[in-house]
Amino acid sequence: MQTENLISINEFCINHNIEISFIRSLHQTGLIEITTIEEKFFIDTGQLQQLEKFIRLYYELDINLEGIETIHHLLKRINSLQDEIVALKNKLRLYETYE
Amino acid sequence: MTFLDYYKILGVDKTATLKEIKSAYRRLARKYHPDLNPNDTNAKKNFQQINEANEVLSDPEKRKKYDQYGKDWQHAEQFENAKQYQEQSSNFHGASYSGAQFEGDFSDFFESMFGGSTGAGRSRQVKYRGEDYTAELHLDLIDAYKTHKQTLTVNGKNIRITIPAGIENGQTIKIAGHGGQGINGGPNGDLYITFSIANHPKIKRLRNDLYTTLDLDLYTAVLGGEITMDTLNGKVKLKVKPETQNGSKVKLKGKGFPVYKNEGQFGDLYVTYAIKIPTNLTDKQKALFTELSKL
Repeated sequence: MQTENLISINEFCINHNIEISFIRSLHQTGLIEITTIEEKFFIDTGQLQQLEKFIRLYYELDINLEGIETIHHLLKRINSLQDEIVALKNKLRLYETYE
Repeated sequence: MTFLDYYKILGVDKTATLKEIKSAYRRLARKYHPDLNPNDTNAKKNFQQINEANEVLSDPEKRKKYDQYGKDWQHAEQFENAKQYQEQSSNFHGASYSGAQFEGDFSDFFESMFGGSTGAGRSRQVKYRGEDYTAELHLDLIDAYKTHKQTLTVNGKNIRITIPAGIENGQTIKIAGHGGQGINGGPNGDLYITFSIANHPKIKRLRNDLYTTLDLDLYTAVLGGEITMDTLNGKVKLKVKPETQNGSKVKLKGKGFPVYKNEGQFGDLYVTYAIKIPTNLTDKQKALFTELSKL
């Protein structure tokens, strides 16, 4: 299996000076996905940005896992509402009078 | 350069203890942290200010200097000159959030007094992705109609990007790796470009469909005929049915906007007829209309 887009979780935790248990907890709550290859754990680079955000929330803002889960859910909702606003604004332009 | 009242920014008294400063900072950081306020430039600005305020006020050395020279920041340079031989590399005692992708933006006031971020306070020497940049690109409807290349200048760097036909107003695209440089060898951030597409004076767009109003003379509307109209992709011939009513619509299939990233696929063009009643009628025309009305 290809591992070029995967980062070893052990290595990631050493580099970021964070506990592996935190990553496991994020995985258990479904916030990130972990890939297992030959009993080693990896994370896809596509999830890196999200993972770093969770790390900042946890370690820097002292937000616990439940809080992170809630925030993640609400941010997703905000995102979808923002998309809807853009779509509605575009629709509204249709009814605006010609300049 | 504007003086920044760091105490006011953190909402603490000048006699505030380190603990009170930390507490105020943490409370405000939770409110304005960019992770919790995506795409909110005001929150980002506030966060930078409170980060800066915390960096100064939670470091006894910096706080002392700020308290002494803060309001008269112009004298800070003289202060520096006098102190330059005594200057020790200061150890940062605060616990400022590393801010990861948000670090590095300090006000002119801060730079003038403290010479930029010390980068301290990061207790973990970690690799972080660089800052994500956001930019807004203004196009008109005709630009958005065709795939084209455009060169942008972002933070002093020229980036040539391909804008696919059919991009929507308000749509954001990601240009990977073109954000800020990674910290401690981390990957670069990304560049997010949000498109703002100006209204066309005559054509409206809703997703992939276009809407326009076309003036039609009374005679063609009554008797029918063939007319030529302009579209974003050139002229098209249009057959007008006899007895076409004012406000009636026709759909020109496939003459709408290109579907984003689906080459060869187009939406439809909806044409609404606005029938124009002739004005300045001659006597003969008036007579003929009178005759018509009696039939």
